[in-house]
Amino acid sequence: MVKRRVKFTFPPELIKEPIIYKLGQRFKVITNIRRADINGDKGWVVLELEGKGEDIERGIAWVTGKGVRVDPAIGDIVEG
Amino acid sequence: MSYAIALRCRKCGREYPLEPINLCDFCFSPLEVSYDYKSIAKAVSREKIIKGPPSMWRYRDLLPVDGAVVDIGTGFTPLVKADNLGQELGLDRLYIKNDCLNPTYSFKDRVVSVAITKAREFGFDTVACASTGNLAASVAAHAAKANIKSYVFVPFDVEPGKLTGIAIYNPVLVTVEGSYDDVNHLCSQLAQRYNWGFININLRPYYAEGSKTLGYEVAEQLGWLAPDCVVAPAASGLLFTRIWKSLDELSMLGLIQPVNTHMYLTQAAGCSPIVNAFQAGILQVHPVRPNTIAKSIAVGNPADGYYALRVARQSGGGACAVTDEEVVEGMKLLAETEGIFAETAGGVVIAGLKKLVSSGLIKKSELTVAFITGAGLKTQEVIAQGVHPFVIQPNLEAFEEIFGK
Repeated sequence: MVKRRVKFTFPPELIKEPIIYKLGQRFKVITNIRRADINGDKGWVVLELEGKGEDIERGIAWVTGKGVRVDPAIGDIVEG
Repeated sequence: MSYAIALRCRKCGREYPLEPINLCDFCFSPLEVSYDYKSIAKAVSREKIIKGPPSMWRYRDLLPVDGAVVDIGTGFTPLVKADNLGQELGLDRLYIKNDCLNPTYSFKDRVVSVAITKAREFGFDTVACASTGNLAASVAAHAAKANIKSYVFVPFDVEPGKLTGIAIYNPVLVTVEGSYDDVNHLCSQLAQRYNWGFININLRPYYAEGSKTLGYEVAEQLGWLAPDCVVAPAASGLLFTRIWKSLDELSMLGLIQPVNTHMYLTQAAGCSPIVNAFQAGILQVHPVRPNTIAKSIAVGNPADGYYALRVARQSGGGACAVTDEEVVEGMKLLAETEGIFAETAGGVVIAGLKKLVSSGLIKKSELTVAFITGAGLKTQEVIAQGVHPFVIQPNLEAFEEIFGK
């Protein structure tokens, strides 16, 4: 089992979809929300994902495919 | 021993021991070093600082290090009175903090000097970073000095000049084939898997503190005075917040008068998430995909964006973005008026300064400091195509044919 700390940024059209719930159900990934800010326009959620490495990777690929931006929780790691 | 006492969460205030960690376990917000300022106030004085080495380490009492430092000669760079540029822009008291003149030609030496010192204290035998150039060169150089192995990861399309400037220090240099997001993704996984000192991940709270020395130096060089206005570039936003913190600390310790500095941050329009939030009047910094020639500050999802935004607002400052064309014009203007060849990030600062003055936000009489954080030789590609020398035969006639007698 591995853990990943990530930030999901949702576009307006996905705000109402239960994406985090589906991520947990479909990919056997435990989702643990730590911080979030969601309004009618846009939203972000900082959470920890726990599961098998390959399940987390498949889950992140699915979330990204839905149109959610996925970043490391810390922000960009690449710097100038 | 240092006066650092703990790491503190910037969001919820929880405290952690001084270890190589960067996020709060509860809310995943960034951690910051907190100090015993009462003891620092007893230990520091202007006189003691002035007697210190002519480098960033004259401010050692305000940094979180305990043992021998890894120093390649960083800091105490010139603060130049920029009369020519000031006249051009309409400012009576303009100064340039020329941080191009660090050992690897960027301000990153300040942060890395602290981070590698801590890496050695923590017992890491390997350090690593992901970078578009400046950070990687600095990490490789300091690791060489400290006899520590270094891995540096750069996007595959980084400028050839920057690759050479990294490779010369002989790190394990890895170019990553993929998008900017792919590099982020890979390096966040590497940081979890390997027990390395990742300079801007698990060492980030210490790394951040090195930036404060830029602000300390400016205040000391101005005769123990905080400027009226600061104009600085913002990538992750960390440098911007630490310049503010440094002035605040000096004031708190009684080394300068209370600070009333207006903090202005500048970004390239092709990657300006913090400016966007400032202009929209919101607190959320929404990530963007970078698309600018100012690659050294092209951070689409800035880790300290929220905090930089707060500093700009709370200080009565502001934020402005400039186009890539304006960046090049800014680089040229600085070189032609002050003889300083800055990299693209410097062009962002000068072009931003020009806008801030022409819009009346920065007034003619205000003591203003513009921060130039990297040297132009690193990004010569962006101006090389505009270079057209006169070509003549080696005789007088050929010269005078063009220039007259």
